Amino acid sequence: MIPAPAWPAGGRAAPGRAAPGGPGLRRRLESGEIAVTAEIGPPRGADPDAIRRKTAPLRGWVDAVNITDNQSAFVRLSNWAGSLLALAAGVEPVMQLTCRDRNRIALQSDLLSAAALGVPNVLLMTGDHPRFGDHPEAKPVFDIDSVQLLWTARTMRDEGRLMSGRRLDPPPQWLIGAVENPAAPPARFRAARLGKKVEAGAEFVQTQFVFDVAAFAQWMTEVRDLGLDQRCRVLAGVGPIRSLRALEHMSANVPGVHVPDEIARRLRRVPADQVADEGLRICVEIILQVLQVPGVRGIHVMAPGFEQGIPEILSQAGIRQREPAVPAALAPDGSGPAAGPSGPGSGHAH
Amino acid sequence: MNPLRDITWAARRPGGHASGAAAWPRPRQPRLAASLLYRIQRLLMPGPFYRRLAGWLEVSTRRYGIFTATEKAAKGAIFGCRMCGQCTLPVTGYACPMTCPKQLRNGPCGGVGIDGSCEVYPGMRCVWLVAYERADQQGRVADLRRLQRPIDHRLRGQSSWVNYWQGRDDGLWTEGDDLAAPGIWRPAPPATTAGGP
Repeated sequence: MIPAPAWPAGGRAAPGRAAPGGPGLRRRLESGEIAVTAEIGPPRGADPDAIRRKTAPLRGWVDAVNITDNQSAFVRLSNWAGSLLALAAGVEPVMQLTCRDRNRIALQSDLLSAAALGVPNVLLMTGDHPRFGDHPEAKPVFDIDSVQLLWTARTMRDEGRLMSGRRLDPPPQWLIGAVENPAAPPARFRAARLGKKVEAGAEFVQTQFVFDVAAFAQWMTEVRDLGLDQRCRVLAGVGPIRSLRALEHMSANVPGVHVPDEIARRLRRVPADQVADEGLRICVEIILQVLQVPGVRGIHVMAPGFEQGIPEILSQAGIRQREPAVPAALAPDGSGPAAGPSGPGSGHAH
Repeated sequence: MNPLRDITWAARRPGGHASGAAAWPRPRQPRLAASLLYRIQRLLMPGPFYRRLAGWLEVSTRRYGIFTATEKAAKGAIFGCRMCGQCTLPVTGYACPMTCPKQLRNGPCGGVGIDGSCEVYPGMRCVWLVAYERADQQGRVADLRRLQRPIDHRLRGQSSWVNYWQGRDDGLWTEGDDLAAPGIWRPAPPATTAGGP
């Protein structure tokens, strides 16, 4: 039996402790307004304040922040601890969870734990292989794949059962997200692959960096043809390339990312001290373009090491500040900038 | 300097972990054309004959061992088979997804290079890209859309042909829109409800 798709009705109860009062990612997506998420890499170190420092400038600007799971197979503070620290800092987390380091027992356990800790969103993916991380000698687990993990999560939530069939009481509640890379070969199978993830349980998807908007739009056409945009909200992945070194790194070391020649040329043409500005401009242009593509419901901003610059990018793209997802009262000592809510519930790009 | 690193540095030498170990899966181009393999598959369809053969093999450890070793040699040479014991080749364009370094059963990861190279072994072609092209050429892309259930690691080393003829891998992947709970595939008894209580 296929449980009813989560989206069309929009009547699903919000997860218990998540996002009291604020819109939250789920409600933003249900509202049909532009949703904005941003990526936060947890620290390499035991600094409990690092997540707060990175998320503070984003409060009021994004609906949720992705807390990565040892991204690129480099060891960092864990995804669930980072998510908890984000909640404490007053920002709703999307907990990324990869199949790289955990077998099916650990994955299901972590999913339950996330729900019990009040993490309202999970993003389930295969994960980068350890070979290019800081422990290439590690054993890659990959017990199940991303589609199977999505399927498992959906079964845990909607049927209240583990893979083993054992009952969960009470079942966990989270919004289930997936990732896709529209630019990676085989281009003609990428929409179908998202289809598999949607069938398995994905309710929203964040894409890898979009640099080739035409290719992305073509993928979205296929996504719409398959009716997937009605069952799964699409957030386009964007981010600035702020230096020529970042450009090289992006092309050479980030799996599945290809920067088209046209963008590389634009970055190389300007004087060295203006590359960062040009990269920002390109990013803003891409945001404006992807938001014009029918079926796109928001953006996911990836700017590692430049989180403080995300509000500037958003405002240049005409995306205004919105209500913080979690009231500031939840943040211990209420630190972080006063998130001046301008235009409550708005956030449309112009 | 770092005692932990001193233990592991040897594995980082070129030719060590990077290219020497046969233990980790690597993408593999099948040696036979998909069209031929789909024809061969029709000859191997489960039926009374093969069921009896499978039963006859299974009653003797020696017979089963010889047969399984033959299967391993043949499928190893053609597909880079790693003997997962639950073969999915008929619905993956006869390219083996267990040779994917991440052992993905449901399609390519997002790390495939623009030139079609594997994320983990950049000099090699993504096995799922190969699977897609072979399936596409044979009009079998719909096969790739099926959801593959998680594999049962207890079956490693078993003969997947015997399991196939005995009907034990029914339900390894979904048919059409039938999305049951993703219970693990239980080899016996076949009537076990996936994910049921």
